[in-house]
Amino acid sequence: MELAEEKLDEHHLDEKEVVDVVVRFAGDSGDGMQLTGANFTQATALYGNDLSTFPDFPAEIRAPVGATFGVSAFQIYFGAEDVTTAGDAIDVLVAMNPAALVTNLDNLVDGGLIIVDTGAFTAKNLAKAKYQGNPLEDGSLAAYRMFQIDIHSQVLKAVEAFGLSHKEALRCKNMWTLGLVMWLFDRERQATIDSLKAKFGHKPQIADANIAALNAGHAYGETAELPAGIHVYKVPKANVLPGTYRNITGTTALAWGLIAAAELAEIDLLFASYPITPASNLLHELVGRRQFRVSTFQAEDEIAAVCAAIGASFAGSLGVTSSAGPGIALKAEGIALAAASELPLVVVNTQRGGPSTGLPTKTEQSDLNMALFGRHADTPIPVIATSTSTDCFEVAIEAVRLATKYMTPVMLLSDGYLANAAEPWKIPDPTSLKPFPVAHLSETEGFKPSNRDQETLARVWAKPGTAGLEHRIGGIERSYDSGNISYDPANHQKMTDLRQAKVAGIAADIPLQEVCEGEESGKLAIVGWGSTFGAIHQAVKRARAEGLDVSHVHVRYLAPLPANLGELLARFEAVLVPEMNTGQLIRVLRAEYLIDADGVNKVAGQPFKIGEILAAIHQKYASLTAQAGPAS
Amino acid sequence: MNQSLPKLTLKDFASDQEVRWCPGCGDYAILKTIQKLMPQLDRPRENQVFVSGIGCSSRFPYYMNTYGFHTIHGRAPAIATGVKLANPELDVWVITGDGDGFSIGGNHMMHAIRRNVDLQILLFNNEIYGLTKGQYSPTSQPGTRSPSSPEGSIDAPLAPCTLVLGSGASFVARSIDTEAKHLSAVVAQSHAHQGTGFVEILQNCPIYNDGIFEQVKDKKVAANFKVEVEHGAPIVFGTESDKAIRLDRQTLQLEVVPVAGNEQDILVHDETNKTLAQLLAAMSGPDFPVAVGVLYREQKTSFVEDVTQRLTAARADSATLADLLHSGHTWQVD
Repeated sequence: MELAEEKLDEHHLDEKEVVDVVVRFAGDSGDGMQLTGANFTQATALYGNDLSTFPDFPAEIRAPVGATFGVSAFQIYFGAEDVTTAGDAIDVLVAMNPAALVTNLDNLVDGGLIIVDTGAFTAKNLAKAKYQGNPLEDGSLAAYRMFQIDIHSQVLKAVEAFGLSHKEALRCKNMWTLGLVMWLFDRERQATIDSLKAKFGHKPQIADANIAALNAGHAYGETAELPAGIHVYKVPKANVLPGTYRNITGTTALAWGLIAAAELAEIDLLFASYPITPASNLLHELVGRRQFRVSTFQAEDEIAAVCAAIGASFAGSLGVTSSAGPGIALKAEGIALAAASELPLVVVNTQRGGPSTGLPTKTEQSDLNMALFGRHADTPIPVIATSTSTDCFEVAIEAVRLATKYMTPVMLLSDGYLANAAEPWKIPDPTSLKPFPVAHLSETEGFKPSNRDQETLARVWAKPGTAGLEHRIGGIERSYDSGNISYDPANHQKMTDLRQAKVAGIAADIPLQEVCEGEESGKLAIVGWGSTFGAIHQAVKRARAEGLDVSHVHVRYLAPLPANLGELLARFEAVLVPEMNTGQLIRVLRAEYLIDADGVNKVAGQPFKIGEILAAIHQKYASLTAQAGPAS
Repeated sequence: MNQSLPKLTLKDFASDQEVRWCPGCGDYAILKTIQKLMPQLDRPRENQVFVSGIGCSSRFPYYMNTYGFHTIHGRAPAIATGVKLANPELDVWVITGDGDGFSIGGNHMMHAIRRNVDLQILLFNNEIYGLTKGQYSPTSQPGTRSPSSPEGSIDAPLAPCTLVLGSGASFVARSIDTEAKHLSAVVAQSHAHQGTGFVEILQNCPIYNDGIFEQVKDKKVAANFKVEVEHGAPIVFGTESDKAIRLDRQTLQLEVVPVAGNEQDILVHDETNKTLAQLLAAMSGPDFPVAVGVLYREQKTSFVEDVTQRLTAARADSATLADLLHSGHTWQVD
């Protein structure tokens, strides 16, 4: 299905009280936009809005100043109702230079607010952004509300007292701007002040200057004479369940899920990985958590990382490795060794745009085929996907549960969007998490390395250091009966069937597929997996509000699929499958269930917009209604 | 912990699997030597783990009645690193060949060595690919005729001992498959060494590269073609012990000189001298004897010791999951 987009009717800034708002901070990659966004997010969470964020940064670490390819942005969508995406269109654009303006203007709603630093609109910067003239002066921005301030000179004045160099003083620009935006949405500054003090604890002068800039930006909003139509906007608090909340990114939630899983499994976990964007942050998050049952190993390459993880699993710990697409490709032989030798292993794939180096900092979900099929021989492994940043916690625990219970590698699919996006999380009570202690074998009587649980078909886990259980395993086909090398034809058939049956059997140990929004049968089912959850959820809600018979089915377990999925989908007249790839789950659904389905596909390095899914729903719905003919 | 271990013999370390190397393969001799050495190491059998990659030598773990893991081509050092990190109490042995360890797995070898993980790496170097039926390897002599080099190979070979020394090895030794006594002594020293021990074993492949080490193995002439180095002893060789190694201090090159008349100049082996180790490791025929014995030994903290220390320090503080989940900024919704 061709991708179209419907502009959602959202002119949020027309009223003093608005239900939800999208703010995008954009500037040079050295302007500190990610820090600004993170602090605004924290203040917004403390205020009580629901929110979702989308950090969008370039692959270049420090692109030339003012270049369009060096623009780093942080988008936050917050509001009084449930927020599951970072927003389709921008209401407020903070543009720290001409490049930030030109690269983001397309997504600004008519009547949206642009906050610009006029101090950065120099002839040189305008030329770098390929502007012929100055857009601030030529009337080309007439459709928007403009808030033009010389932030350069404002910030220099604000931090004058702290004796910083000119360069250091200008670095406080982002905090000045943050102060202004906090005023605009009535946010509290205290949490930012506390975090600045903590961040610059060793440089109190810098901390004080940044705090002064933050306060000055806020005071500017309060006292300066403002252009018409710009005032403080009130966004009512969201109605959320009682509890203790925090903001969390997918990466942190996944790391903490692994930590929790190690406790629940009562096992040590070795996280072995090699740096790669956007997966490296998982290693960074875990390296400082050695007080728990995790340790980390930065290997010399992707292959060594998966191999060290397998070695740890052989020795009785749980090996976990992590990468993004190209790195996962390198790990394929190791994953198959873990499958053949029946050792537990968790492989986290934080997907990014491809093929090859592709778009390292951008998101995509195009590694599903590789996860399901990307190994030599008949090598089935369970594959599960996380759908939101907070979902990463639970999915990480589930991956460890399956790996240790079934003695199998498990692929966990996340993506660049989920890894970096943050959302509020109702912190779970650790005592509510169900333990699944791992039992290493100690009984020597009748021991063979090929002994297995007749129900799960999992091989015994006999770890080195246990007297009487000395044994050899390896990648050569092993006898079903003895575990010794076997080239027997019938045995290979039996072992191949066993590997299939073991993974297929997991379908009985996972929840049945539920419909997460809408009826359990009807006209149209939207089937998604992974990070498309947020956009599909909102689009389905809107379509249902229009009276359309649409349901949302979101699949966490991609291999094996939930036992009832085929039967569930057959209860709908039509199935739409939105994916950030050219159609990978859809082929599985067609092949497994012999059902017709249409794809909605986007590979732009950006998440789906709600309007894109909604347009696809409308289009499909119209064709279904037309087929049905006039109502009888 | 100090209770005495049960007395074990060679037989206790032999698995019930039929050994399937070609008749006459040097691997048989190495296997016997290691099986015989095991009881002498006085370590629990259940703590011995043999990890291998792919190739003839990599079948080794199947024949040891210990824990064993026959893995994938070239990756044994990486897998062994994971085993050792997960349980530092284990003695982790890596069995590899010249193709497995220095061609497809060269990168892992280099890093396992530089990290000083505390593994025992035994390289079975037969200068040929055996299991894939005889192609030349990265240690084959130039001109080696093989199915993939019918006109003779044109690759320059690498010398494993010099490569691992360059990678920061803390223990490097060389021995010969059929020299059981020498091999056993060298491997025992490698095992006793804190850190990664690397032992290159010159091993004959009777099928594809037969006799490649004949000069250093033939009892009648070997003394002329190899020199057994020993820490603190002058480096002297020859059937009559009449030849010696001397350092030319102008060119910083070694040279072979008669003992007679050069008594004062004969090089004395110092296994703590890395420069000397490099020179000795690089010696090869026909101009020089091949050096066997412990070429280099350096006492330094192993990777696993450092990791364990940090882990112990981090775990001295009690940590609860609830504390982690509530760390940083949280807020209450009533």
